[in-house]
Amino acid sequence: MIHAQDLTKTFGAVKAVDGVSFDVREGEIFAFLGPNGAGKTTTIQMLTTLQAPTSGSISIDGLDPRTHPHEVRRRFGIVFQDPSLDGELTAQENLELHGVLYRVPRKVRLERSEMLLKLFELWEKRNAIVKTFSGGMKRRLEIARGFLHAPRILFLDEPTLGLDPQSRNQLWTQVRHLNDSEKVTVFLTTHYMDEADRIAQRIAIIDHGRIVAQGSSQELKQQTGTESLEQAFLALTGSTIRDESAGANDQMRQFAKAWRR
Amino acid sequence: MQAIFILWLRQVKRYSRSRAQVVASLGQPLMYLFVLGFGLGPVYQQAGRGSYLQFVAPGVVGMSVLFTSIFSGIGLLWDRQFGFLKETLVAPVPRLHIMIGHTLGGATVALIQGLLVLIVCFIAGFRPEHLSTVPLAMLFMTLIAIVFAGLGTAIGSTLQNMQGFQLIMNFLVMPIFFLSGALFPLNNIPTALAVVTKLDPLTYGVDGLRGAFIGLSHFGMVTDAAVLFGAAWIFLALGAWSFSKIQV
Repeated sequence: MIHAQDLTKTFGAVKAVDGVSFDVREGEIFAFLGPNGAGKTTTIQMLTTLQAPTSGSISIDGLDPRTHPHEVRRRFGIVFQDPSLDGELTAQENLELHGVLYRVPRKVRLERSEMLLKLFELWEKRNAIVKTFSGGMKRRLEIARGFLHAPRILFLDEPTLGLDPQSRNQLWTQVRHLNDSEKVTVFLTTHYMDEADRIAQRIAIIDHGRIVAQGSSQELKQQTGTESLEQAFLALTGSTIRDESAGANDQMRQFAKAWRR
Repeated sequence: MQAIFILWLRQVKRYSRSRAQVVASLGQPLMYLFVLGFGLGPVYQQAGRGSYLQFVAPGVVGMSVLFTSIFSGIGLLWDRQFGFLKETLVAPVPRLHIMIGHTLGGATVALIQGLLVLIVCFIAGFRPEHLSTVPLAMLFMTLIAIVFAGLGTAIGSTLQNMQGFQLIMNFLVMPIFFLSGALFPLNNIPTALAVVTKLDPLTYGVDGLRGAFIGLSHFGMVTDAAVLFGAAWIFLALGAWSFSKIQV
């Protein structure tokens, strides 16, 4: 479903992603694990037409994002690391806007919003302004929105960051339900090893822009001779702490977050 | 087309929900209207030029359209900060449509705001020559709104943070307003000032509004409309170009 070959992205002198190759099969849940700044988000941005790769090739459902951006965009849904809802609109209006942008026919739009709002337990809140929502509710709404246009692939970039264990657990149950009932391929990145272990059929570990290992959780443990995925991860990536250098964009993001409160 | 419409509708909805802000943004034009209208009124009258309130009201309407449209355009900066911009950029919609929806939404909001200020001017005692002049004035308000919403979109696509916003306010928006002849007549002003005012698109907007409302136009309404029309295309093209350059 997703095929990436020797994918490379450089920013100036920095190689954010360095010769990454992987395949994601139709209908599977594929997890991308890596420390901060390993190149996870850059990879997602290249797969989702937001960044052009410096070199290498991508095929999404048989299409190249560079030559067929709109066809590719129609085929995937994405939940970004940072919120991307319109806080001044209601939950229903956010979904409606998304549906129109993706040219979902009106009748389907209404049916699917109802189904998804109910699934993500937001139906009662559908006419409430989104800025009044809690972090968990906003996150659920974003994921519901990502599914609205019945995508073939759903990209989730650290979807559970900052959520409590209850919300995380519930969220994965819902994603798994949709993966199963709609046969949606799921590509996710996360920091939480236990989630990847439980949810993903296959895992790729990325560090310094390179894939250092890939396979099922079981295979990774065997490969490293460790008992848990967390140990395998540390064995593969080392245990030094990575600090992302805070660029202007990160600072603005912090600033925006402070404003929202 | 549907994408343009829904993004336009989004702007209008957001505006209609921010009632407190709508009322607050009436404050500044009111201050100009009352303080200058009544404060400078006697001097203006002694100079033999009639009622200053009649003269300044079209300028104040033009000002509120300018401010609202340029800030709606710059609202793109907020969409970027709060993440919503990504949702539109990753959608299967040409960027030009997104830009047009955003800009026309901002222009519509500015037109509504201008009409609200016009009503306030009526209440303050401003009397246009005839009520039938209102549609013609609305044409000029629409043109001003599109020109500066386009400029706002161009700025909002380029600005990276809020510090830049203050800079734009002080060194672009205020000069556009003060140099437009909104507050003073354009006859017999020093040459340097006359040249600068002629470069300011709002000058033609305010002049057109005066022509429509009180039959007092410096350049002639046809020239005013033609210049605004040209400026609208230039700024819309500039906005579309800057928007197409946005990196996520």
